[in-house]
Amino acid sequence: MSDSLAVEARGLVKHFTSRKSVTKAVDGIDLSITEGSVFGLLGPNGAGKTTVVRMLATLLRPDAGTASVLGHDVVRDADAVRSAVGLTGQYASVDEDLTGTENLLMLARLYGFTPAAAKRRVQGLLEAFDLADAGSRQVKTFSGGMRRRIDLAASLVLSPRVLFLDEPTTGLDPRSRNQVWDIVRVLVDDGATVLLTTQYLDEADQLADRIAVIDHGRTIAEGTASELKRSVGEGAVHLRVAEVGDRARAAEITERVLGAEVTFDSDPHAIAARVPDEGADAVPRLLPALAEAGISVPEFSLGQPSLDEVFLALTGQPLPDDAEPGEATSSEARESTEVSR
Amino acid sequence: MTTTLRDAVALSERPARPSPVSTTLTFGWRALLKIKHVPEQLFDVLVSPIIFTLMFTYLFGGALAGSTQAYIQFLLPGILVQTILFVTIYTGYTLNTDISKGVFDRFRSLPIWRPSPVVGALLGDTVRYTIASVITITLGLILGFRPDGGVLGVLLGVLLLLVFAFALSWTFIILGLLVRSPNAVMGISMMVLMPLTFASNVFVDPATMPSGLRAFVGVNPVSHLVTAVRGLMAGRPDAAEIVWVLIASVVLTAVLGPIAMRIYRTRT
Repeated sequence: MSDSLAVEARGLVKHFTSRKSVTKAVDGIDLSITEGSVFGLLGPNGAGKTTVVRMLATLLRPDAGTASVLGHDVVRDADAVRSAVGLTGQYASVDEDLTGTENLLMLARLYGFTPAAAKRRVQGLLEAFDLADAGSRQVKTFSGGMRRRIDLAASLVLSPRVLFLDEPTTGLDPRSRNQVWDIVRVLVDDGATVLLTTQYLDEADQLADRIAVIDHGRTIAEGTASELKRSVGEGAVHLRVAEVGDRARAAEITERVLGAEVTFDSDPHAIAARVPDEGADAVPRLLPALAEAGISVPEFSLGQPSLDEVFLALTGQPLPDDAEPGEATSSEARESTEVSR
Repeated sequence: MTTTLRDAVALSERPARPSPVSTTLTFGWRALLKIKHVPEQLFDVLVSPIIFTLMFTYLFGGALAGSTQAYIQFLLPGILVQTILFVTIYTGYTLNTDISKGVFDRFRSLPIWRPSPVVGALLGDTVRYTIASVITITLGLILGFRPDGGVLGVLLGVLLLLVFAFALSWTFIILGLLVRSPNAVMGISMMVLMPLTFASNVFVDPATMPSGLRAFVGVNPVSHLVTAVRGLMAGRPDAAEIVWVLIASVVLTAVLGPIAMRIYRTRT
């Protein structure tokens, strides 16, 4: 069984001790990631995602527990792990003072390519990542999307069998985000295993075969996206009212008709409600009831709950959906506080 | 882009693991590239020896040694030592910058001989030392520095200085690994090096100093280094001081090198 696992972790623990306190960044996490799959670690800033990845990538030594990548122990057999793993994240970066080409050439040489082979390899990567023209520019002049692509290219110089992507799309515009997603899909198609951390539910939903939701260094739920959604409730109604002023009345009607509690998110037009099992029959009556009250509802959907709602149900707090990397405060961001981007 | 990406990422043959020499040289190449792309980092290296040499020669030279000509013969080897010692700080500074920018962790995640990023950076520093030495000595020659040791004496003096500088660099590597920001590395290093270089025989003969200070100058490693370099350049090599400097270099490297590499490996 374990030979088909690309990453296996049992009881991983990492505590950071500062002068005054001990932060339990990772507090007993188990992971089993099948080869060739995409595994999503989902959680807010400070949940411990980055610390988990750093331990698996041999950058941090676990305080307790064991982990192995492709059967190599991350502590005892660290070099074998390093040969098999590619790493992209805010803490594993390229040199901003050098050009894109120079960065990749340096890595190719460090992986043992001959000068000629390194040149060919780098040229191919730059073209594939749409960076051929920018290759001769210093990385500090790159846009956010280009920057993330060169970071990704840097982690693919040796075609890793396991790729760790730490928040690969945080702060990217939608187009660049889609590019990164496409790259990940191609890599997985070709047999790579990807461990992805993200605070975007959408991203985990789109890419990951399995998702572990972590908070305060612990796994609070694990499964496929639909399993996680099912664990929360049967289904959910989402609607948007045309007039912001109608929202309160619409909520009242929804609660009455469905017999379910209504939640509001940051969109002032939107309402969501979990449909209880006994309320399922009432759903068709909701739209007419709203129309009767003179409330215009341009958007209405009935579906599984979003991962947002999953997270809310599991932790009792909403997932910060557009947190910037710089806002990270806890131990997870410890290493990145000096990073300016 | 899908097909090009597939082709680009696919790898028909995995290269053999590179030797420690090869990875170290690659990091040395990186240091040179950084000097090429960020020439401003040489500003301090270029400007401070010029200012110090001009200032001390013309401000104090006549008063201290009777004439600026006489003083520069005494001062120049000292200024050279001071300049190179200050340049060693950059070793810690650049290492710390790498850590805070995340480049360092990329290197640590590679399957390479672990010390090579640090050793490679030290190799790159040689270029900085060489530029600083050339500038200082050239300026000295223009101002009337005429070393009796000749070309060979000057070269040997510089060589001895570089040996010590490499050994001392480990101090700043340790500092660079431990301290939070590149500017803190700079600040702490200056605080240590300033008194060490000024309370020495770089600028004046300690004979007229009060006894406590004179005792300190006597044990100050910088004084030993200056005396040794001065002797070589003046064509009167002081064997005891040269041996002292060489032993100090070996001890520094033997003690601090392993400590630095241990911190480097276990740094969280």
